Amino acid sequence: MTETNAAKPRRWVIWLPLVLFLGFVVLVMFGLFRPADRNVASQLVGKPMPQFSLPPALPGRPGLDSKLLTNGKPHLVNIFASWCVPCRVEAPQLEALAKAGVPIEGISVRDTTEALQGFLEENGDPYQRIGADDDGQVQLALGSSGVPETYVIDGKGKIVYQHIGEIRPEQLGLIMNKLQEASE
Amino acid sequence: MARLLAAFLMVLGVAAAAPLLAQEEQSTAPYAYRQLDDPAKEEKAQALMESLRCLQCQGQSIADSDAPIAGSMRSLVRERIEAGEDPEAIRSWLIERYGDYVSYAPRITGLTWPLFAVPVALLLLAFLLLRRRFGGNPEQGGGA
Repeated sequence: MTETNAAKPRRWVIWLPLVLFLGFVVLVMFGLFRPADRNVASQLVGKPMPQFSLPPALPGRPGLDSKLLTNGKPHLVNIFASWCVPCRVEAPQLEALAKAGVPIEGISVRDTTEALQGFLEENGDPYQRIGADDDGQVQLALGSSGVPETYVIDGKGKIVYQHIGEIRPEQLGLIMNKLQEASE
Repeated sequence: MARLLAAFLMVLGVAAAAPLLAQEEQSTAPYAYRQLDDPAKEEKAQALMESLRCLQCQGQSIADSDAPIAGSMRSLVRERIEAGEDPEAIRSWLIERYGDYVSYAPRITGLTWPLFAVPVALLLLAFLLLRRRFGGNPEQGGGA
């Protein structure tokens, strides 16, 4: 007697596990088919640039020391390589930024002098200095997971923004805005 | 058949051309492909490398991957182990830069604690329910 009384109002309860299960399936499907973001962002954005000192990548040109990034002016630090195809795509945009007076410092990753010279002859050379990160250790210290990547550094050496992938023409405004923020 | 052969040759051609496109240098990092001399240290490094994610070929560990950045990461791990650094300190150093994603070893954080707590809670719940259903004599069963 008591059993039937107790069971009646709770009939919907027997559907609860099924509903929970279906909810779970929907959640899994959502996660499975949502386009994944494969970019690994550096966790150092908002933090000071790690200290490093890189030898020159080209003979007769200066290397790159992180102390130079604390001279009170915002900088772009562009991580690139001659073997990187998207780096060719962003070369005109870097050229335009350099023409606009933005100091661009380069870090060439796992590259050779000859290949780098060929790349710069072909695509232009917007860099003030290029440090050679041949063993890739500075790239790791910066939390960079690929090339090209561009860091906006404020005058005190703090990383304000990390741009993953090539700078496309329509993103020039974005980079200029970040530089503006960095100089404030 | 001729078409199939042509397609096959094309695939071969692409495969042969690919190395021309990708001219990325293997890093000059000393320990990318060289083991540490001390077997005990190499074993420690190997264990850590197997639980770190390659940032380029993201399904692989840096121990498995041939990507140049994985070589740089292996060298970083081996050089630091050689210098006497604790493997977990190296892992933290990388997590500080790349986030939890770089490590295959799960950490308990504000976001992940339910993953660890829920199974325990479910087991506990199942135990209580089963005890009520099958447990001992009726008086005890009613009380639980």
